[in-house]
Formats: sequence, C-alpha cells, structure tokens
Amino acid sequence: MLNPDFVARCKQHRVILAVAFLLIFPLLMPFKAIAVNILIYGLYALGFNMLFGTLGLLSFGHAALFGGGAYACGLAMIRLGLPWWMGIVCAVVIGMALAAIIGAFAIRTRGIYFAMVTMALAQCVYFISDQWVSLTGGENGLRDVTLTKIDLGITTLNFVDPLTRYYVVAFFVAIALFVLSRILASPFGAAMEAVRENEARARACGYDVRATRYLAFILSGGFCGLAGALQALHLSIVPLETLAIANSGLVVMMSLLGGMGTFFGPFVGAGVFLLLENLVSLWTVHWQIFVGAAFVACVLFFPRGIWGTILLGRGR
Amino acid sequence: MDGITPDLLALQLFTGLALGAIYVLLALGMSLLFGMLTVVNFAHGAFYMLGAYAGILLLGFGVNFWFCLLFAPLLIGGIGMLSERFLIRHLYGRGIDYPLLLTFGLSYIMVETVRIFFGTQGLPFDTPDALQGASDIMIGYFPTYRLFVIGVAILVIAALWLFLERTPYGLIIRAGARDPQIVRILGIDVARVWLVVFGIGTGLAALAGLLAAPLQGASPEMGASILAESFVVTVVGGMGSLVGAVVAGLLVGVVVAMTSLFAPEMAQVAIFALMAIVLLIRPQGFFGRAGLMS
Amino acid sequence: METSKKAAVTRRTLLAASSLLAMPSIVRAQSADTIKIGFPVPLTGPYGTEAKDQVACAQIAIAEFNEAGGLNGRKAELLVRDDKLDPGEAATRTIELIEKDGANFICGSLSAAVQLAVNNVAKQRGVIYNSISQSDQIAALPDWSKTTFHEGMTPHLTAGAVGRYAFSKYGKKVVFLQADYAYGHEMVAGFKAVGEKMGIEVLADLRHPLGATDFSTLLPRIQSLKPDILVLVNFGRDQQISLKQATDFGLKKTTKIVAPVLLYTARQAAGEKAFEGVVGGTSYYWGIESTVPTAKAFNDRYRKANEGRVPSDYGALGYAGVRALLEGARRAGGTDTAKVIAALEGLKYDFYKGAQEIRACDHQAVQPVFIIESKAAGANPNDVFNVISTDAANADNLVSCKDEGHV
Repeated sequence: MLNPDFVARCKQHRVILAVAFLLIFPLLMPFKAIAVNILIYGLYALGFNMLFGTLGLLSFGHAALFGGGAYACGLAMIRLGLPWWMGIVCAVVIGMALAAIIGAFAIRTRGIYFAMVTMALAQCVYFISDQWVSLTGGENGLRDVTLTKIDLGITTLNFVDPLTRYYVVAFFVAIALFVLSRILASPFGAAMEAVRENEARARACGYDVRATRYLAFILSGGFCGLAGALQALHLSIVPLETLAIANSGLVVMMSLLGGMGTFFGPFVGAGVFLLLENLVSLWTVHWQIFVGAAFVACVLFFPRGIWGTILLGRGR
Repeated sequence: MDGITPDLLALQLFTGLALGAIYVLLALGMSLLFGMLTVVNFAHGAFYMLGAYAGILLLGFGVNFWFCLLFAPLLIGGIGMLSERFLIRHLYGRGIDYPLLLTFGLSYIMVETVRIFFGTQGLPFDTPDALQGASDIMIGYFPTYRLFVIGVAILVIAALWLFLERTPYGLIIRAGARDPQIVRILGIDVARVWLVVFGIGTGLAALAGLLAAPLQGASPEMGASILAESFVVTVVGGMGSLVGAVVAGLLVGVVVAMTSLFAPEMAQVAIFALMAIVLLIRPQGFFGRAGLMS
Repeated sequence: METSKKAAVTRRTLLAASSLLAMPSIVRAQSADTIKIGFPVPLTGPYGTEAKDQVACAQIAIAEFNEAGGLNGRKAELLVRDDKLDPGEAATRTIELIEKDGANFICGSLSAAVQLAVNNVAKQRGVIYNSISQSDQIAALPDWSKTTFHEGMTPHLTAGAVGRYAFSKYGKKVVFLQADYAYGHEMVAGFKAVGEKMGIEVLADLRHPLGATDFSTLLPRIQSLKPDILVLVNFGRDQQISLKQATDFGLKKTTKIVAPVLLYTARQAAGEKAFEGVVGGTSYYWGIESTVPTAKAFNDRYRKANEGRVPSDYGALGYAGVRALLEGARRAGGTDTAKVIAALEGLKYDFYKGAQEIRACDHQAVQPVFIIESKAAGANPNDVFNVISTDAANADNLVSCKDEGHV
C-alpha cells in the first residue's frame, strides 16, 4: 500500500503520468506487438470498467461492442473505401449505437439477469456476423484491413514499423484516457458515483438512475468501439472471435485482475494477463492452468485486484 | 419443405426431449446452487466434463456402466464439495460477482488438468451394450440409449423432489435458502448444508456429463459449449427455480430440435433469441422470484 | 489471521514463479545467419494432437536440411508458436515472429480462418508464408499475394477427388450434412461441381452449427430421405460425434457415409466402430509406403524419432511445407524473398507422397489425393485405413488460375 498523500498527488496528474508511462512502455516489453495488444485490451477493459467498476453492472456482452467497433472500422475501410481515421470515427459511433440498442433492453434488468441479457444479445450479434458472409467474411473474418502509410501532410508515418504503430495506437489511447478523466470529473461522473454508492439516495437526490446507467453504457460502447478499431488496424484483420463470448469473459477477467473501479487497473490487468499468457505459453502448452490459478488466487486474496491492492492495500 | 411428415415431427419432438433431459440435469444443479447459495457456477460445464471423464476412468478400472452412473457423480460431487469447502466458502456474502469469477478461474484449471492426464484429443465412449440399437416407439424407431437418458432424468427429478420436499434434510435445505440466519439460530450447522448442496449440484452436472458421453464422446472442451446453453435454460426457467429448470430445459431442447428441422443454421441463435425474448417480457424468467438478486 | 498467512505464502510463491518465468531460458541464442522458419500452430485447443504432429514432422525437415550441411553452412531453425486456433492470436504471434524473432519464412496453421489471418499479416510485411491447411480462398484473390504459398490441399481438389470416386461407386442420391462455415461451404461446392457433371440428385443440403454436439435432431430427417450417400462435411470433433451418432441411429445399414477428409488422428481417437466403412480423402496416409519410396523414407525417419509411431496426414503437411521453403532457399542460394519465390514457382518435387508441383500462377501445390476407407485395426494398431484409389497430381482438378482471379 502506498502513502495516501502521494497517491492523491499522483491522481491529480494521472493523465500526464499515464502519457509519460505510455511513452516508455514499449521499451519495457518483450516485443512491440504485445505492448500494442496491452494498450488495446487495456482500453477495452477501461470501457468495460466504466460499467462494472463505476456502476457495478456486470456485462457479459461487451465483445459485441469491441467487435462491433472492429468490424465497423474494417468495413468502412474495405467496403466503403473510407480513410483509416474515418474508420475509427465509424467504430466509435457504431460502438455507441450498439451499446444504445443492447442497453435499451438490458438496462431494464439487474444483477445476474443483466449479465445474461447482455450475453444473449451479444451472441445474436455474433451469429449475425457469422451468417452474413458476404459482408463480414463469416467464420473467416474480415481481411485486408490494411493500413501501411499515414500521411500527416508534413511527413508520412510507416504504420508497419513496430514502434510507429505503437505510438499511433498510444496516441488514441491517450486521448481516450483524457476524455474518460474529464467524464469522471464532470457532473455526470459525480452522478455515476452517487448511483454506485447508494442507489436509493441518488434517486432521492433527483438523479435519474436509469438514465445514468444507460448513458454510461453508451459511453462505454464508445471506448470499446475505439479499442476494437485499433485492434483491426493493428492486426490488419478482424477475426470473428472478437465477437465471441470468450472475448466478453476475457475483459471481465482483466478488469478484476487489475482492480475494478480504479482508473489504471484495467491496463494493469490487461498487461499482467497478456504477459502471463505470453510467457507461460512459450514455456508450456498448459498455460491455462496458471492463468486459472492466478485468477482464483486473485479472487481469494486480492479482491481489489493488483492495482487496487497497490493503492489501497488488501481487504475486501 | 419436402420430406417432413407428422411422424418425423413427432420423432423430432422426442429427440428434443432427449436433448432437453441433459439440459434439465445441468440446469437443476445450476439452479440449486444459485437458489440456495447464490453462486453462479461458471465451472458447471467443467464439472459436466469431469463427469464424463470420471466415467472413463471408472470403466477403465473395470467398473460396469450401471455402477458408474452412481459412482461418477459421487466422485465428482466430492470434488465439488472440496472446492466449496476450501475456495468458494470464503466468498459467501461478498456479492455474486466473486463466486462467479472464482468458478470461472476454477474451470480453466479443471479443463487443463484433464488435458494433462487424458490428452487434448478427447476419448471415445461406447454406448453400453444393453442400450445399443433402436426401439420401436409407435411413431418410428428411436435410439434406445436416448430413451434411457429421458428415463434417468425423470428418476432424478423425482428423487430430488422427494429429497427436498419429503425428508427432514430437504426441509433444512429449503429453510436455509430462505433465511440462513434463523436456521443458524435454531442450532443447525448451515455450513454443512451448503456443502451438501454444492455436492448435489455438481454431482448432477457430472451425471449429465456421463449420460452425454455415449452420445458424443468425452473431450476437455465439451463443457464449454454446453455452459452457455445451460445458462440460457436456467435463466429462462428463472434462476433458483427447480420447476423452471425442468420446464425450460425441455422447452429449449424442443426448440433446438424444431429449428434444426426447419432452419438448421438458425438452431444456435434460436436459443439465445428465445432467452432475450423471455427476459424482456419476464425479466425474472418463467418461475423466478421477482426481485431475487436484482 | 489464517487467510493473510496463506496470502503471504501465495504471494511469495507467485513472486518466485514470476522470476522463474523471466529467466533467460526464453531468450534463445540465435546466430544471425540461421534460416528461421516461424511455425504458428494450435498447440492448445481441440487440434493439439494434430499440431504437435505438425511440429514433429517439421522438425524432421529441419534436421534433414541441417544434416545435409544446411545452405553453405547456414543452419535452419524452427520457431514454434502456439496460435491457440485463434486468428487474432495467430496474427499477433506472426507479427512477433517477423518483427522480434526475424523469421525469414512463415509456415503452419490448421484452420481456414487462421491461415488467412497469418497470410494477411505476412503479406503486409512481404514475408513468404507457406500454408499447410485446407482453403480455396488462400490461393485466390483478394487473399492471395506473391508471397503466399499453399502446400495444403484445397477443398475443391479434395471434394472433387472424393466425389468422383463415391458418386460413380455408391449411387447418385445424395444428402449433404455440412458444418456451417467456410470449410463446409467450400467442400460442398467442390462436391456439387463434380456431382453436376455426373448427374447426382441432391435430396437435401443440411447445415449444422460449428462445434455441434448433437446431430440427433437432423438424423431422423436424413433417414427418412433414404439417400445412397450421406456426405458428412465437417471436421475434427464434429466429424467424430456426427459419425458416432449416425452409426447409433443405424444410418450405415442403408446409406454409404462419405467424408471429404478422414483424419488419421481422429480415427485413432474415436475408435473403429464409428468410422467403420466410411470413405474419405486424405493428403497422406503412411500405408502408401508400400508403393511410394519417398513415403517409406519419411515414415522410417519419423518412426526412428518418435518411438515407432507413424506420421499423420496434417503432420506430414508440416514436413512438406517446411521442406519446400528450405528447398526454395537452397535453390535461391539465400533467403531473399524475390529469389526464393522465383525458385519455388513451378518447382517439381517428390518429398513424401509422389510427384508434386508448385503451380506458378497461384503457388498452389498440385498433388496426389488418396481415397481411403476406414477398417477395423488388426495386429498393427496404426493400420486403420485401406487406400482404395489414388488421384495423381493433376492441375486440371484444381480451380483454374483464371477463375481464382489471377491474370
């Protein structure tokens, strides 16, 4: 557990600190592509955490938002011939639109039923994309989401270069971090906090609980859609698996591992998970046993997650 | 559509019931754990898979199939009790998220352990000799083993109902689910009740897996695909409701069978669409208590 | 508190474990001039057995190359990575292999979706990829590129060979039961293409979702149609389960069951009963060694390295895929991409199953297909198929380059 004063001072400058960290991060990683993956999944977990950590709503259908964004970006580029940055805009819009649709149904339910409705609707998105082969490529996924050169006017970036690709992705992640930090600091952020702390009191104070949840769901969709778009550009493909249940489960695991409800927890969780998986699977094909054990240990002994434990100490 | 006759429809209905019987057993266990312990068991599919492998292990030791039906659920139920005692017990009263996540991690460990000891490839599981072939059921020939599965499911449902409704132990379990505080004050060791319930729930999953093994063989991943389906069944029936588990299990089985007759490529999405519709009309499922865990 | 003590222990163990993981055992010493072949295959997941055999076979190609002195002293090295049967993971692993490990070539994969993902990543970076899994699309535009090679068979080729044999032999009334994904669709298209010429009657074309565990809902309908042939177009566990259930429903009494691909590993896993009498195609079966000398040499080498076992079909493709790349490098006198491509285009070879050729226009390996029938194993537990017909390598059996979109 760190000194609370120190933590408080850091919190005020968390975006600047985060950006500084993003700059040196790829140098610490075994290879650049995993650093990019950590950023992308971290952002995905960040979007998820807005609901789960901030409002306590456990969604099992976030893959639809992440995958929806990835497909939106890829389809905009391949089928509509739009430039890559328009692909990203489309992904954010589609992510929010899908969240608006799923949320409109799911927000009526609570607890475990919320998890199940989101899962069911996300499965429907998965099967639509599986069946609609002419548009999405079906089981084979979307290929040729190729971005090689980024023309900035003054100079041209080579997106295939590992480090350049990392910094382009990091740029968008930094923007997302900044936006999220503004949202949390805004009156809406206060409303979310109020709803989480005490729903009845929040309602009594005049907050519209359901509207708060719904809006948070939609914003969450925007962040996840952005993460999906970045993955599509990074891998140059959109696998059908981005929409699968397993991808919904993965983000839950990452959030919990990192520490739900904390600002950087999702990134820590994504990083630890992906590194663990990467290193252990080089060493044994039975990597899942270690991932599972780490997970069980985390639930039992570090319910606040890794980042939460560093900030606040153990406890439940 | 060509080739669809009333007999075929009836046969298809029966096929759906046999499929539904497996769902029912899974959903009963899951609903029991949720209703009594508020544990959403993500390792339920893994226990199902363990049941099939326990059968293979026992058959390998020369135990015959009929005793396997008894011993495999007992063995796996025992493993379930151990995991309750040493892992899940620490999480009661900490919301539904933690047991859910812990069992999620647990399923990874169980699946991988099976891969280490039994291989990744999956193993064949022959239908017991006495149940091979097809029987005449008036409307046509139907595989005898599937009739047997339906029969076992009916027996188990009856036994479970008698146990919960007609024995003193069942009374304690039901009381414990309603108000653990009072039961504790009455001097009953609630922890032991929870332990037994967990054993029964996971044992039922193991029985379902063992019954499914002659239909599809055993593989480490067999639980993963059926987990989502049994969630659907449990949720549609109403989490915590045993009657709901039975009704929804059979319904989902029949819905899958009928969609695969008329639009096979829609069979998979049909059950999720069904769940979405049911939950939107009746958010607590068919027989769920409104407001429970909401 | 008891829990906190336990937690401390766990944390320490975790720390110890993580420091173990960080050990330099992962950082392999690699001399700069070894020829590195990246080999992403699904070591974890349902096809782990096949993937491990792909690795074992590929290692033989590497060992043979190195024993022969390599390329002017340059040795070859296989960099095996687990793609987990997931296209996203495969893409990441391939990026890693190219960017971090400096792989000269990529070979591998065991699913249509994964090979297309790997291909996309490799082509974006101008690295040669030799795929060893079934797909029609990989040899066709827009997926194909100059750096794309395909040692594996195409569904069109496989289904064509099996269809020609089965429709002439077992009857013309056919029901298709296909797994609903690219593999199934491409295979059925291949069967229908030859079937049309032979005048078959398609009674029904049913689809089941990928990863289905219950086919009982479809079988009564098939039974009532009374077909001569049931073409079961699915793979791996889907195939094992559907064959088992079809046998249980007694379908084999009236209908011949035909599958585009019969896997050696699947036959071993599911046992003789489910597969008995089923006819299908394969890229390789070890039993051809009685007539093909290169197969004998390859089998013997494999037996020596693997305790007397025999190589599987998909495994052998790993051998051929890696050996083709090394042969290309040898002929090109180095690993320069353009030179290796030029050396491989039109290459004629006989590595392990008779004469083959890499078609210049689409880099597809023109190869023999074997029609096999499953039988009960006798004294030799490895002897599970009879080779009942052989389709020699013939480019006419492939989709023409023009139809694939090549100019």
